[in-house]
Amino acid sequence: MNRVAVTGLGLVCALGRNVTECWERLAAGESRIGPLSDPGSPPYKFQNGAEAWDFQPLDYFSEKDLLMLERFAQLAVVAAREAIAQSGLVFRGELCDRCAVVTGTSVGGQFSEEEGYRRLYKENNPRVGPFTIPRTMSNAGASRISLEFGTHGPAYTVSTACASSNHAIGQAFWMVRSGQVRAAITGGSEAVFAEGLLRAWEAMRVVSPDTCRPFSADRRGLSLGEGAGMVVLEDWEHAKARSAKILGEVVGFGMSSDAHHITQPCIEGPAKAMHWALCDAKMTADEIDYVNAHGTGTPANDATEVQAIRAVFGHRAEQLLVSSTKSMHGHTLGAAGAIEAIATLLALKNNLVPPTANFTSTDPACNLDVVPNRARSASIGAAISNTFAFGGLNATLVLKKV
Amino acid sequence: MSEYSESNDLGTQVIRIIAYTQRMPPEAISLDSTFEELKIDSLDGINIVFALENEFGINIPDEGVQDMRSVRGAVEGVRKLLEEQKQAVPPGAA
Repeated sequence: MNRVAVTGLGLVCALGRNVTECWERLAAGESRIGPLSDPGSPPYKFQNGAEAWDFQPLDYFSEKDLLMLERFAQLAVVAAREAIAQSGLVFRGELCDRCAVVTGTSVGGQFSEEEGYRRLYKENNPRVGPFTIPRTMSNAGASRISLEFGTHGPAYTVSTACASSNHAIGQAFWMVRSGQVRAAITGGSEAVFAEGLLRAWEAMRVVSPDTCRPFSADRRGLSLGEGAGMVVLEDWEHAKARSAKILGEVVGFGMSSDAHHITQPCIEGPAKAMHWALCDAKMTADEIDYVNAHGTGTPANDATEVQAIRAVFGHRAEQLLVSSTKSMHGHTLGAAGAIEAIATLLALKNNLVPPTANFTSTDPACNLDVVPNRARSASIGAAISNTFAFGGLNATLVLKKV
Repeated sequence: MSEYSESNDLGTQVIRIIAYTQRMPPEAISLDSTFEELKIDSLDGINIVFALENEFGINIPDEGVQDMRSVRGAVEGVRKLLEEQKQAVPPGAA
C-alpha cells in the first residue's frame, strides 16, 4: 500500500479566492457570513449567507468559456488550478493515464436548471438553452478539469449531499493508496445561491435567521455557503522522486450509513464513520488531536455530533480540540468536506487550530473544547474531518502532519 | 377552495390537513392527539406547517413551529396568527 501525500491545495469560498487569503481569515477567526447579494422578493426568511464574495468569473475564464461553465464548475476549476499549480505536477506521458479526477457536489448546476424552468413555466417558452445539460451535469467540474489538464485516468463525481466531497476525497485516496493511480485531483464544489434552491432550504427551516453559531447554546441553524476546495493527492514515492513539497498526508477514510431517518441525525452512524476511518488509518483515538467537526450549527447536529465524538474517543474527548469552520465559510454542502479537509491540513501544517467563530455561550450538550472565537496554537499531529449528509450518509477523513 | 376541507371549524380543518399530509384517516386524529402519538417527527412537522401556511395564507415563524407539538397546539397557533392578521389589516383597508 502506498502512502498518500498531499502536494497541492486550492480554495475559493467566502473567505477568499485562494488558500493564502482563506487561511488568513481562518487563522483570524473572521466570519464571512454576511447579507445576501440578492435578499429575495419577497425576502427569504434568512438574510445572510457566505457567498464567494471576491470571486469574479471573468478573472479566470473567457466569456466563451463561461457559456459552458456554471458557477459550481467554475469554482471547482479555479480551486483545481491552484492545487495543481502548487503541486508542480505536469501531466504528460504515463501520468496522464494514471491521474484521477474525483469531485463531489450536492446539486450541480442549479442556475441553468432554474433558468430552463423559468423559460418553460414562467415565460411559456419551450426553447430551453442548448447548453443546459452540459452546464447542469454534476460532473461538469470534473470533466472540465480533466479536459484542461489532459488527464485520461478515472474521472467521476460523487453526490452524497453534504458528505459529497469527503466521499470524493476518500475514493481518490484509496485509489492512490492501492496503486490504481499515481495521483488524483479531488475535492468538491457547490454554488447554492439560486432562487429555487434557497426557497427549498427556507422551507426546511434549518437555516439560521442570523448567523452560524456551532456548539453555542443559542445556535439557530446553519448558514449556507458556496465555494470549492481541491487537493492533489500523490503516491508518496512519486512525490519524493520529483522532490515535490509534501504538505500533509491522508492516512484514513471511513464511511457509514445511519439507516435511521432521512434528516434526523443519530449517534451511531457518525460514530461508525469515525471508527472505521481510524481503523483504516491503523490509528487509535489517542493519536488524534483535532476534530474539524461537521458542526452545522443546527441544534440537532451539534449535540449529536458531540455524543458521537464522545462515543468514539472516550476519555480522549476531553483533550481533543474540536472546531467548526462552517462558522466562517458557511455550510458549503457538497464542497464542505474538501474546504474543511484543507482547513484541517493547514491547521496541522501551521500548528494553529482555526476557531469556532460566532460562539457566545456554552451549551451543556456540547461540552467539548470547541475552540471558541480565537484560533489556538497547539502542536497537533493528526486530525479527523467529519461530514454527515442528509440521508444519513457519513464520511470521515484522517489527516496527518508531515 | 381547499384541497383539504370545506369545513369552517378550524379544529376540523387542521385535523383534515394533518391527516392529508400524513396520509392517515382524519378519524385517527383528535384535538388531544400529540404529534408524538401520531408518530409525526420533525420533518413531518415541517410539511404540516407548510400545508397550514398555504391553506390559511399565514406565515408561521420558526418560534411558532416549536409550540406545535400537538393538534391543539397547531390549532391554537393558526388561530392566533389568523387573529393577528385580521388586526393588521382592518376591513376595508387596501
